[in-house]
Amino acid sequence: MPAVLSEPVVPPANGNVPSALAVEALSLSFGGVTALSDISFAVAPGEIRAVIGPNGAGKSSLLNVVSGLYRPDSGRVWLGGHSFAAVPTDRLATLGVSRTFQNLALFKGLSVLDNVAAGLSHRLRAGVLAQVIGLPAARRERAEAQAKAEELLAFLHLDDVRDRPAGTLPYGTQKRVELARALVSRPRLLLLDEPMAGMTLTEKRDLSGHIRAARDDLGATIVLIEHDIGVVMGLSDRIAVLDYGRLIADGTPDDIRNDPVVIDAYLGVAHDLEAGEGI
Amino acid sequence: MTDLALEKTATGTVRRLSPAPFGIGVLLIVAYGVPPLVASEYLFDAILTPFLALALAGLGLNILTGYAGQVSLGSSAFMAVGAYAAYNLALRLPGLPFLLDILLAGLVAAAVGLLFGLPSLRLRGFYLAVSTLAAQFFVQWVFNKVGWFSNDSPSGIVTVPPLSVAGLPLDSSAGRYLFALGVVTAVTLAVWRLVESPTGRALVALRDHETAARVIGIPVLRVKLLAFAVSSFIIGVAGVLWAFAYLRTVEPAGFNLDRSFQILFIVIIGGLASLRGAFLGAALIVVFPLLLARLGEALLGGLFDSGVLEMSQRIVLGLLIITFLIAEPAGLTALLDRAWNRICGRFRRAG
Amino acid sequence: MEWQFFTEVLVGGLLSGVMYSLVAIGFVLIYKTSGVLNFAQGALLLFAALTFVSLAERGLPVWAAILLTLAAMTLIGALIERTVLRPLVNQPPITLFMATLGVSYVIEGAAQLLWGTQVHGLDLGIDDLPLEIGGVLISSFDLFAAAVAGAMVAALTLFFRYTRIGLGFRAVADDQLAALAVGLSLDRIWTAVWTAAGVVALVAGLLWGARLGVQFSLSLVVLKALPVLVLGGFDSIAGAIVGGLIVGAVEKLAEVYVGPFVGGGIEGWIAYVAALGFLLIRPSGLFGAKPVERV
Repeated sequence: MPAVLSEPVVPPANGNVPSALAVEALSLSFGGVTALSDISFAVAPGEIRAVIGPNGAGKSSLLNVVSGLYRPDSGRVWLGGHSFAAVPTDRLATLGVSRTFQNLALFKGLSVLDNVAAGLSHRLRAGVLAQVIGLPAARRERAEAQAKAEELLAFLHLDDVRDRPAGTLPYGTQKRVELARALVSRPRLLLLDEPMAGMTLTEKRDLSGHIRAARDDLGATIVLIEHDIGVVMGLSDRIAVLDYGRLIADGTPDDIRNDPVVIDAYLGVAHDLEAGEGI
Repeated sequence: MTDLALEKTATGTVRRLSPAPFGIGVLLIVAYGVPPLVASEYLFDAILTPFLALALAGLGLNILTGYAGQVSLGSSAFMAVGAYAAYNLALRLPGLPFLLDILLAGLVAAAVGLLFGLPSLRLRGFYLAVSTLAAQFFVQWVFNKVGWFSNDSPSGIVTVPPLSVAGLPLDSSAGRYLFALGVVTAVTLAVWRLVESPTGRALVALRDHETAARVIGIPVLRVKLLAFAVSSFIIGVAGVLWAFAYLRTVEPAGFNLDRSFQILFIVIIGGLASLRGAFLGAALIVVFPLLLARLGEALLGGLFDSGVLEMSQRIVLGLLIITFLIAEPAGLTALLDRAWNRICGRFRRAG
Repeated sequence: MEWQFFTEVLVGGLLSGVMYSLVAIGFVLIYKTSGVLNFAQGALLLFAALTFVSLAERGLPVWAAILLTLAAMTLIGALIERTVLRPLVNQPPITLFMATLGVSYVIEGAAQLLWGTQVHGLDLGIDDLPLEIGGVLISSFDLFAAAVAGAMVAALTLFFRYTRIGLGFRAVADDQLAALAVGLSLDRIWTAVWTAAGVVALVAGLLWGARLGVQFSLSLVVLKALPVLVLGGFDSIAGAIVGGLIVGAVEKLAEVYVGPFVGGGIEGWIAYVAALGFLLIRPSGLFGAKPVERV
C-alpha cells in the first residue's frame, strides 16, 4: 500500500474542524457489477478535491451516492455534521450541497436568469396562490432570488445571455450556466461532474479560474470529477484516485504524480481517457 | 412564451418585438365589443362559444402537458367532472350563486385530477400517458352508470338550468358568449400569472430535467400534483362552460376519448407551453371542419355527404397533426411569431 | 358446480386474453426497433380487416385477397416509416407517439372513405359451438383464435431467432448504432418489421373482425392492448403474452364476479385500473428490470 493512502477516515477530518464531506466504507453494485467498493475519504472545508480514474472507475457513481441519486449498498455519507445511509436528495439544497451533471442538465425552455434563479427554489416559502395574486411576501421573495441570480450572472460573465432560453446557448456557455445555478445558493459543498468535458483549452482555463473563485470568493468546498489531468493537477488541493470502484490513492497532486500504483493503474497506462462516460 | 418575446438586439438594448400589452388590450375590446353588435346566433352558438370552452380546456391541458411535460389522454374526463358537478350543485343547492358553483365544480375536478395524478409520482412517459386513460374510461363509466349524477334521467341526458349571474339572465346566445368570455378572461389572467411565477418556472424545470429539479430543491412531487390539480381545475371549468354556455345539456357521450384527443390536438397545433397556443389551436379545430364542409360541398356537391365529410375531417385532422409535429413543433404560435417578425422587419426597412 | 363455472370464466378470459396479446405484439414489434409506441396499430388492424373483407366481397379468392392486403399493409408501413417517423427521428418518444395518433386518424378516415362505413360480417368458417373439455364448456371459436395467435407468436419467435433479418431486428433493438456499424441495413430491417406488424394486424383484424364484425370500432381494440403493454412492458413479446392473459382473465372474472354489484360494463376500465394498481406496486412491470438512472 502506498503511503498516501491515509488511514480510514472518520470525521472530523483534520484537527477539530469537521469535514465538509466524508464517506465511510461506501459500497455499491448494480446487478452484480461493482461500482464502488469500500470507499472512505474526507474532504476538508475550503478544499478543492479532484476525483480521477479511468472510465467506469465509479467516479460518477460516487457523486450520485453523495447527492442521494443512488442508494449505497452499505456505508455512510457525512454532510454538514449529519450522517446518512442514503442521502435525501430532496433536502440536498437545504443541507448546503449543490451539484452539476456530467451531461448538461439545464432547464432548456427557461431563460438563463430563470435557470439560475431556480437554484434558490428551496428557499421559496410563498404558496402558489400568493404568487399568482402577487402578495408582497411572494414578490419580495422573488425579487431577492432574481437579484442573487443577477449577481451570479455577473460573477460568471453571463449577463449578455441573461434572457436567452438556455437551450439555445453554445455548449460551453450552458456548462457555465449550470455552474451558476449550482452556485447561486452559496453552497458549502459543490459537486462538479466533469465540468470541463468537451470544452476548448481557453474555456477550460476560464472555468478553472471560476472554480477557484467559487472557493476563494464564495467559500465553497469543491469536489470535482475531471479527466484532464493537467487541469486537475493545477486546480486541486488533493486528489482521490478510483480504479474499478476502489480508492487506490488519495493525496496531494505531487503525491499522486509519484505514486507507483496510480501510474501503473492509470497515468502511465494508456487507459481510454476520451469519451467521458462513467457508471 | 412571453419571455421569449423579449429579444436582444445587437446593440444590447432590450426591445419588445411582441405586441403583448397593446395587442391584448385591443383583442379584449374586440372580443367583448364586436360580436354582440354584429354576430348572428349561428356564429355565437356554432363557433364562438365552443371555441372559448375548448380554448380553456386547451389552456388547462397545456399547464400539464406543455409546461409540466406530463402527457394526458384523459382530459375530457375532467370536463365531464366539472360539468356534472356544476349541474348537481345548481340542482341540489339552488341557493348558491352560479359563480360559486363554477368555482366548486373546478375544485371537484381538481380533486379528481389529483387522484388520477397520483400514478405520475411513480410512472413516466408512455406508462403515465396510458394510465391517464384510466381516468377517461372510469369517469365516463361512472356518469353512465350512476343515475344520481344525472338526476336519474332515463336517457342520461340532462338539461341544465338557464344561465344567470346575480339575477342577470344570460340565456341568449350573446349572453352565454359574454359569460364564457368573462370566465375565460379571468382564468387566462390567473394562468398567465401562474406560468410567470416561480411555481410556473418550477413546472418547466420539472419538464426539462426532473433530476436536476429535485437536486436544486424543487419539491418535485408537490409540483407534479399541483400541475394535475390546476390543469384539472381549468379543464373542469371548461366543462362547465361546455355544458352551460354552449350545449345547455350534459351527457357522458359528449366527453369521450375523441374529445380528449381533440383537446390534445388543440395544444399540439397551437403550440406547447404557450398561452396563445391554446386559443389559436382551438380556433383552428373549431373552424376547419366548417371550412372543410363548405369546400367539399363546393367541389364535390352531392357526393360530399355527411359520412364522407366525417372521414375527410379525420384525415385532414390527422394530417394537420403530423404536419405540425414535423414542420413546426412549436405550433401556430411560432408560425405567427415568425410572420409578425417578418412584417416588423419589412416596416423597419421601409422606415 | 361453482368451481366449474369459475373455470369456464377463467378459461374464457385467458382465451380472449390471447387475442389481446396478438394486438399487443404488433405494438412490441415496432417499439423494439424504433422506440415508437405506435398508436396507429389499431387503425392498421381495421384497415387490414376492412381491405380483406372488401376484396373478398368483390369476388377475389381468399389467397389473392390476403396477398393484396398484405402488400397494402407493407406499403402503408413503409409509407409511415418514410414520411412520418423518419423526419421525426431524434424527437422525444412522446412526439412520435402523438404523430402515430395523427396517423391513426388518417388511416381510419382513409379506410372508411375507401371501403365505406357499413358493418361487414366476416365468417372464418369456424362454428362457435361450445366444446366440453373435462366438464368445462369452452367456445370453439375462442380456442381456434387462441391457437392461431399461439402459432403466430411461435412463428414470430422462430423468425427472429433463426433468420438473418430476424437477427438484424434483434441487433437493432439492442443498439441501432452498433447495428449500423456492422453493416446491417436498417431499411431492410424496418421494412421487415413493418411487414411483420402488418401481418400481425391482418391476423388480429381477421380474428377480431370475425368476432365483432368488421367496422370502425375494430380500431378501438388498441385500447384493449394498452393495459396489456403497460403490464408486460412495451418491449417484451413474452410480456405481451403474459400481460394479455392476465388482462383477459381479470376482465372476465371481474365482469362476472364484480360487475353485477356495480351495474356492469366495467370491462372498459377494469384492465386499466388493474394494470395501474400492479404498476404502483411494481413500477418496472412484469419482466422489466429497474432502470438505473444515468446522470
